[in-house]
Amino acid sequence: MDHRPQAWGRPRDDVFGPYDPSYLQTTGPKTATQQPIVTGTSVIAIKFKDGVVMAADNLASYGSLARFTDVKRLHPFLGHTIVGFGGDVSDMQYLTRHLNELAIDEAYDHEAASAQSGGGSHLNAANLHKYLSKLMYRRRNSFDPLWNAILVAGFDSQGKPFLGSVDLRGTAFTSPSLATGFGAMLAQPIMRKYAATEGDTENMTRDEAVRVVKECMKVLFYRDARSLDRYSLAVVTKDGVELSEDEQLEQQSWAFAERIRGYGTQTVPSLSGSETISALLALYP
Amino acid sequence: MTSIGTGYDLANSIFSPDGRNFQVEYALKAVENGGTSIGIRCKEGVVLAVEKIITSKLLKPGANKRIATVDRHIGIAFSGMIPDGRHFIDRARDEARAWRDTFKTPITTADLASRMGGYMQAYTLYQSVRPFGITTIIAGYDSPEDERVDGEVGRGPSCGAGGKVAGKTHGGPYLYMIEPSGLYWGYYGAATGKGRQAAKAELEKLDLQGDSLTLEQAVKEAARIIYVAHDDSKDKDFELEMTWISGPDGPTKGLHQEVPKALREEAERLAKKALEDDDEEEAKEEKKDDDKMEE
Repeated sequence: MDHRPQAWGRPRDDVFGPYDPSYLQTTGPKTATQQPIVTGTSVIAIKFKDGVVMAADNLASYGSLARFTDVKRLHPFLGHTIVGFGGDVSDMQYLTRHLNELAIDEAYDHEAASAQSGGGSHLNAANLHKYLSKLMYRRRNSFDPLWNAILVAGFDSQGKPFLGSVDLRGTAFTSPSLATGFGAMLAQPIMRKYAATEGDTENMTRDEAVRVVKECMKVLFYRDARSLDRYSLAVVTKDGVELSEDEQLEQQSWAFAERIRGYGTQTVPSLSGSETISALLALYP
Repeated sequence: MTSIGTGYDLANSIFSPDGRNFQVEYALKAVENGGTSIGIRCKEGVVLAVEKIITSKLLKPGANKRIATVDRHIGIAFSGMIPDGRHFIDRARDEARAWRDTFKTPITTADLASRMGGYMQAYTLYQSVRPFGITTIIAGYDSPEDERVDGEVGRGPSCGAGGKVAGKTHGGPYLYMIEPSGLYWGYYGAATGKGRQAAKAELEKLDLQGDSLTLEQAVKEAARIIYVAHDDSKDKDFELEMTWISGPDGPTKGLHQEVPKALREEAERLAKKALEDDDEEEAKEEKKDDDKMEE
């Protein structure tokens, strides 16, 4: 037996030949996360006069596989803010644990402060948005980003509805309506049609906002192949967060899909030149 | 204490020949000078109450709390040296966080009591430290529901038993008291501090093992007991500090919270009234005795 400790637990040199240490060497720089693995798709949100509505579906995809169909991506924070996560689900879990710790510490401080001054101030949605943007930017600067696109909804220090977004690079901004991922292409234009400016949101009722968001979720399910017809819907108002994690898309109409040709395994009828023209004329009279 | 002055009380880590640790006994003396704290456990939850002696008119009313929250579902009250108590609470919060970091779930009251008991006990072992000059009461309500693991995103399959045993219950209200020696027991009702004797006598009169006492009644009893235990002749004024924890169906939804102002004031009013009634009865009896003497 070879009594040298460095040889223990290794295939024997005299049988398998000497170990080739070049396999252990890595050439090139250290790499952290290069791509997300299990992902959630779009998160969308729109402000209305008394608060904010946010929605995200309950799917976590593994590449193109719809792997987990019961994943809640909207998380309440301290009872008056909602945080919606798109992108990597494990990074979302890390962040929600972190936010949970933050919320507990915040409650300790609040308890101490309110005893001294009769009313301490809680971390509000605007504060949390700023905090998350700093966190995400710091992580991207260490080349180890948290692969998420995040929406934060709640109220700012003036008590006005607040809606902000942060992404994996720490890019942060606010807007009357926001959408991450595919939603930025598909849902954002629809929401802008209803509320393009802050002024528009001040006239928007809660029911209207919920209706718009539901409509957007439907469009996203029609056109986003990594989406699900079951989703979570949160409404933040002064009274707190109402979170329903079991919404179902209603009144779907796939009639538009019948005219779509050219994807998947279906056979595409070949048309002659004149037939093509008449078919096009039928579509675009 | 006959052994005082024999040198065995000079350090923590030395026993006296009759097997006592004098430093710990002196720490208990510090507790006995502190304002009374009590805890009442009933079926629906736990109540903590503290008699906060007002040492100066310059102190702000309602400030300088002596009951603190740990995590969300546990409350800690203490009697004795206030800085020691503050440090103890800091440590308890660290323990609760460390528990969450490892197990991704809130610490149970029993586990916190065990860890903090161990912490207190460690301060009776070494030359370089002194024991804590506090006795703490730890109250908590462990969730009877399926606790969500931190960061958990789904709920698993909706069919099947899911590892559950039918009819098995979890969690509930818990109350522990830790002494400077590190000794801790679970209690139905706990009292410490200056008025502990009177408070214990009152606690023993309550039906704490049955389920007749509601949480709101417990709040009122707690207020009354603090008023009974308060020594009018020695300390002038005090503030009543009260917190409570109910189950998820109760008024605090499983969280440790201050008792709402309205309920606290109502409880204080009833407490004062009960005291006055007692005084009147006593006066009557005295009068009766006097009459008998005359006969």
